[in-house]
Amino acid sequence: MATDGQTGSLRSAGDMKMPKSAPAAGDKRDDADSTAMMAGAELLLKTLEDEGVEVVFGYPGGAVLPIYDALFKNNKIRHILVRHEQAAVHAAEGYARSTGKTGVVLVTSGPGATNAVTGLTDALMDSVPVVCLTGQVPTHLIGNDAFQEADTTGITRACTKHNYLVKDVETLQTTVIEAFHVAASGRPGPVLIDLPKDVLMANVAYRMELDKAAAQARYMPQTDPDPAAISAAVDIMMRAERPVIYGGGGLINSGPRASELLTELVHVTGWPTTLTLMGLGALSADDSHFLGMLGMHGTYEANLAMHGCDTMLNLGARFDDRVTGLLTGFSPNSTKIHCDIDPSSVNKNVQVDLAVIGDATRILEALLAEMKSRKFKPHKPSLDKWWAQIEGWRKRDCLKFNQTGKIIKPQYAIKRLCEMTANHDVYITTEVGQHQMWAAQYFDFHLPNRWMTSGGLGTMGYGLPAALGVQVGHTGSTVIDIAGEASFMMNMQELSTLAQYNLPVKMFIINNEWMGMVRQWQELIHGGRYSESYSASLPDFVKLADTFNMKGLVAQQADDLDRVITEMLETPGPVIADIRVAKEENCFPMIPSGAAHNDMLLGPEDQAEKPVSEEGMVLV
Amino acid sequence: MSDTPIIERHIISVLVDNEPGVLARVIGLFSGRGYNIESLTVAETDDRKGLSRISVVTSGTPMVIEQIKAQLARLVPIHSVRDLTENDVAIERELALVKIINRGDDRIESLRIADTFRARTLDSTLDSFVFEVTGNSSKVDAFVDLMRSLGDVEVARTGVSAISRGNRIDLEAK
Repeated sequence: MATDGQTGSLRSAGDMKMPKSAPAAGDKRDDADSTAMMAGAELLLKTLEDEGVEVVFGYPGGAVLPIYDALFKNNKIRHILVRHEQAAVHAAEGYARSTGKTGVVLVTSGPGATNAVTGLTDALMDSVPVVCLTGQVPTHLIGNDAFQEADTTGITRACTKHNYLVKDVETLQTTVIEAFHVAASGRPGPVLIDLPKDVLMANVAYRMELDKAAAQARYMPQTDPDPAAISAAVDIMMRAERPVIYGGGGLINSGPRASELLTELVHVTGWPTTLTLMGLGALSADDSHFLGMLGMHGTYEANLAMHGCDTMLNLGARFDDRVTGLLTGFSPNSTKIHCDIDPSSVNKNVQVDLAVIGDATRILEALLAEMKSRKFKPHKPSLDKWWAQIEGWRKRDCLKFNQTGKIIKPQYAIKRLCEMTANHDVYITTEVGQHQMWAAQYFDFHLPNRWMTSGGLGTMGYGLPAALGVQVGHTGSTVIDIAGEASFMMNMQELSTLAQYNLPVKMFIINNEWMGMVRQWQELIHGGRYSESYSASLPDFVKLADTFNMKGLVAQQADDLDRVITEMLETPGPVIADIRVAKEENCFPMIPSGAAHNDMLLGPEDQAEKPVSEEGMVLV
Repeated sequence: MSDTPIIERHIISVLVDNEPGVLARVIGLFSGRGYNIESLTVAETDDRKGLSRISVVTSGTPMVIEQIKAQLARLVPIHSVRDLTENDVAIERELALVKIINRGDDRIESLRIADTFRARTLDSTLDSFVFEVTGNSSKVDAFVDLMRSLGDVEVARTGVSAISRGNRIDLEAK
């Protein structure tokens, strides 16, 4: 990242330095060393190399042929050929979230770009740094409804953090540098660069000594918190009697140091801590201060602590509607501190008392330093009392389930998977639905960057391509896609990619033959009319695996489970494990839509008593 | 927040890089997030630095207005965002071209009212005028309303342009 304080004037100075054609006579520098002529496509790859790109997920087509030709001659950048452009973006997301690097996507114009839109929206919602390179028809054909033309920058304006159409090859190098900077700094997100074919083929000078800081100067989000805000935060924290720390995905995006500092903060304060779906892993699941995930399918103790607290310290979470439930009933008596890198997240859904803008790591460093200098001590008697109350809620054991008989409970399958992979270097991705929530509830994460799930957009079909991307970034690790059978089928063309590169992803399919979460909502609020939510005509997953020369396994009953998991983990290549689970199981605890945190359904016995309000039915 | 939130009208001024798509970004942000645009004007203001100024008149609760400003500020080509309605420090002006078609006493009355509003007559035929009127939006509204009662009227308005009072430069390039 560039140092702070770069100004617009520096930028123009940098621009002027660029030799447009032949160097001026008075220029003493030997330009043969610092510039070289090449095609736009080659310059693109060279600039990607400069940005540290090692791998690109993509799919070729007419408009990007010059880039593929340059890739053919390039031996530094690895290309992973996916089977659908949506999967390319999800793979790049998985790669980015598990490695902390920026994921790179390369697709062609028209359908290539439109297919990438879901992935880009997913990356935007979950703040994942991705740079997507799209081909475009030649500049003179833009606007003519040319073959495979789409208004890519127009279509993706709302689903990227920023996008570019490069019309002049001279601006390509600085555009790519700025794009990577925008994608990864501040609140990360997807950035798209649309590249007309004539621009890719035009000759251009590669500028080795290009002023990188100047190319990045236009976008400089605030990362260092305001000291006055830090001091005000500690003032509030010192008065806290019933505090709670509410951490989110910002802790993960900030880098592993933020999770270490969070752990330190939790231990210095002794405060109960809950994490959002996106924040899981920021504090180890076996830390006694961890209350579990909060929100719609969060734990009883986490949600009641949020409801009853007098001080809430939000670190990198955005008061998403899955977390808050009914806004007017959300944590009604607390003083709220919101730490976020994105000022637009503050006061968007929930009015807070204090905003601290900055990067989570820097905020935590500043908070801990300020607390130390002010000799912060938690308010022991009231904190003990608060913990006693929380322990009472914990005793409800809201995640308990009974694995009896032969039918596999989905919760049990995930719990066993977690227990049996405890000694593995394991990364988990999920699809979207009941299995995703069970994975969040029953799989324990101890480190950041180990949990990849589609939180904001809720994209079914995310998990398999994301796992592919994770595996590319972590060749020796165990990568498991905890899937539902319906979601799995949304991007299962990627089995072919796994086979091609022999990526040993383990697909652990919680197969209940339903779009389970849809069915659950139909049961709860639509009178059990299961309209179109049955997974009919499923393939035989073992045979499916076989056609791709992979191992296929099936667990029909509880006794099979351990054997299947063991065999899955011991198989060197990719494995599909079809786990046939109880079909009618619902995901609890649950805050029905339109309800507040203190109005939870703990199990099937609750659901009959609390009909969902009409207002709640409107909510998704 | 109270049950009936106060809806406020704000003039927000934004300094942007004059590059393709920047207006679409701003408009798309308003439509995508359901904010109101009452008027919007845009033109290049500094060709040396390639900067344009967008003036948006919007309305919403104080929470929504804060959101609009924060959302605008995080767009990459936006240099600075200024709420000119805060502290009531801004001068706002709008220009309207008003064509009126009438005869007889109504024609004389419309000319007299135009004079009162210091509107200029830009075009005249035996049964029509085109007036140019400048002022804040309520003055322009009032003028147009009066004209409507005197004949058939066609209106072209520029939307609001605004700048703060005093000796301070509000919007600066990054």
